[in-house]
Amino acid sequence: MSIFDKFRKQKPRIDSSEGDAVPAKAPGSDLWVKCSGCGTAVYKKNFQENLKVCEKCGHHHKMTAQERVQQMCDEGSFFEWDSDVISMDPLEFGPEYLNKLQQDRAKTRLSDAVLTGKAKIEGLEVALGVMDFHFRGGSMGSAVGEKITAMMERALELGLPTVMITSSGGARMQEGMLSLMQMARTSAAVRRLNKAGLPYMCILTDPTTAGVAASFASLGDIILAEPGAIVGFSGARVIEQTIRQKLPPGFQTAEFYEKHGFVDKVVKRVELKRTAYELLSLLTRPLEVISES
Amino acid sequence: MSLEFEKPLLELEGKIDELKKVAESGVDLTGVVRQLERKAEELKHSIYSNLSAWDRVQIARHEQRPKTLDYIRELFTGFHELHGDRHYADDAAVVAGLARFEGRAVLVVGHQKGKDTKENLLRNFGMPAPEGFRKAQRLFIMAQRFGLPIITFVDTSGAYPGIEAEERGQYEAIASSIALMTELTVPILTVVIGEGGSGGALGIAVGDRVLMLEHSVYSVISPEGCATILWRDASKAEQAAATLGLTSETLTKLGLVDEVIHEPLGGAHRDLSLTYKAVQMALSKHLEQLVKLAPDDLVQQRYDKYRAMGRVQREVKV
Repeated sequence: MSIFDKFRKQKPRIDSSEGDAVPAKAPGSDLWVKCSGCGTAVYKKNFQENLKVCEKCGHHHKMTAQERVQQMCDEGSFFEWDSDVISMDPLEFGPEYLNKLQQDRAKTRLSDAVLTGKAKIEGLEVALGVMDFHFRGGSMGSAVGEKITAMMERALELGLPTVMITSSGGARMQEGMLSLMQMARTSAAVRRLNKAGLPYMCILTDPTTAGVAASFASLGDIILAEPGAIVGFSGARVIEQTIRQKLPPGFQTAEFYEKHGFVDKVVKRVELKRTAYELLSLLTRPLEVISES
Repeated sequence: MSLEFEKPLLELEGKIDELKKVAESGVDLTGVVRQLERKAEELKHSIYSNLSAWDRVQIARHEQRPKTLDYIRELFTGFHELHGDRHYADDAAVVAGLARFEGRAVLVVGHQKGKDTKENLLRNFGMPAPEGFRKAQRLFIMAQRFGLPIITFVDTSGAYPGIEAEERGQYEAIASSIALMTELTVPILTVVIGEGGSGGALGIAVGDRVLMLEHSVYSVISPEGCATILWRDASKAEQAAATLGLTSETLTKLGLVDEVIHEPLGGAHRDLSLTYKAVQMALSKHLEQLVKLAPDDLVQQRYDKYRAMGRVQREVKV
C-alpha cells in the first residue's frame, strides 16, 4: 500500500447508509443532500424528484416502503394488508430487542420490515410486497415471513399476479431458527403461485442477501434488479476471511448476477414501473391486443 | 480430539488405565479401580446432564461423531453413490445415492464432513457449493418420479462462502432446493446428525419429519457469526450459542423439530452401535407412517407444517 492510498477517496463497496443520502454539512444543508455513492452535494428537491437516484453518478439510494409504493403504484391505489402483524421475542432476547422493534415501528410506520397489500401498476391489479431496509435492516423474522406468505395466499385467492420488492440483509438472528424457517414457509407459498399459473415477479434492490436471496427473492418467474444493488448469499467480509483475498470490483452486484445468469434484467429505477407493468401484462393478458401508443 | 468440559473425565479415565497397568504387575488394586470407575461413571453423568449450548456445539462438531457415510454404511444396504449435478460438477460436500433401508428402495442425501484434515479438504469441510444443492435437486426429482422416499442427513457449518460459489448462484441453488422440497410428492425424512448451519442445512432439510440427535445443533447463523454481528467479537461465541436457541430441546419446544433421538451417555461418538440403532429405529418408525399417506395429503401436510412455523401477534393500536 502506497502512502497515497491513505488520501485516495475510496467508494464504499457497501452503502451502509439507510438510503436517505447523508445530509451535507454545509450552509443551507437542509436544502442539499450528499450522495453516498460519489459524495456530490445534490439539491434535495431534485434528489427527491429523481427518485433518490444521484443525478451525477446514478447511485440508487435506498427508499422507504412508502416512497416505493408511491413510485410503483397508481396514485391512491394501494390498500394495505396485515398492518398489525408484529414479531414477538420467542428466544427471549429481552427488552432490548423488543424496544428496537418498537422504535423501528415508530420510525418507519410499518409493523415490521415488509409492507404488503393490493395495488395497481398502470391499471393492472397486483399483490405487492415491499421490504424496508430501515426496519432492522430489512431482516426476516416471523412477522416478515407471515406477511409475505399471507400476501401470496391472498394473491392465490384473488387470482392476482404478485410483485415482491426486496431489500434485506437476510434472516433475523434474534428470532433464531424461526427466522430460518421463514425461508421454507415463503418458498412453499411461491410454489403455490407457480402451480396456479399466477405470475410472480421479484425486484431486487440494495441489498438483497443471505436468507432472503436464498428463498422467495430468487424464485420469481421474472427477476429484475436495480443498478448497483448488492445481491448474494454470503457476506463480502465472510468470503474475504474465508478465502483470504480481496474481492474483485463489482462482485455481488445486480450487474454481476445479470452477467452470471441469475437476474433477468437490470432496470433503472425511473423505468421500473413501466417495465414491471409491460412484463406482467405480457404474462397476464397474453391474448389481448394492446395498441402501442 | 478432547473437549474442554470432558477433561476431568478423561483425566480420571487415564488414571484408571494407569492403575490397571500397575495391577497387571501383580499388585491387587481391584478395590481402588472399582471405586474410581464408579466415580468416573458419576462424573460422566453429571457432565452430560448439565451441558451448555456451547458444549453441545463442541459435541456436534466432534471429528469422531458419526457422519453421513457412516449412517449409510451401517443402516442401508446396496448403496450406490450417484455423482454430479449434470450441469457443472460433482460436489463432494454432499453425498447422494440410491440404497435400501430395511428392504425399501430410497434416495439418501447428506452433507459429508471429514474425520481428519485430509478428508476434510476433499469434502470441503462439508460446506456445499451450488452444485451440491443442484445434485440433490436432480435426484429429488428422480426419486419423485419413481416414488422413492427421501432420507436426508444434515451436517454442515453452512454453504461454502467463496467467489465461485457466489458466481454460480449459491443463493439460487439453496432457494430452488427449498422450494422443490416443499412440493415433492414423496415422503421426506430429515435427521440432523451433527451441525445444522443456516441455509446450507435447510437446503436439504425441508422434511415431512425433522428428527434431531440429542446433542446436534441447528441454528440460523453460527455462534461465531452471531457474536461477530451482535458484539463485533467472535470470541463471544459461547454467549451467542446460549442465546440462539440451537439445541434439540429448544427447537422441539418451538415446534421446529419433531423428535429428538437420544444419544448414549457421553455423545454419539462414545457408543456407535447404540447410536446407529437409535437412528435406525426412529427412521423406521417415521417412514412407516409417512409411506401410508397419499401424495396429495403428504404435500398438504408439509405445507401446513411449515405454514405454522412462526410466532407473531396482532398489535393492539391505541
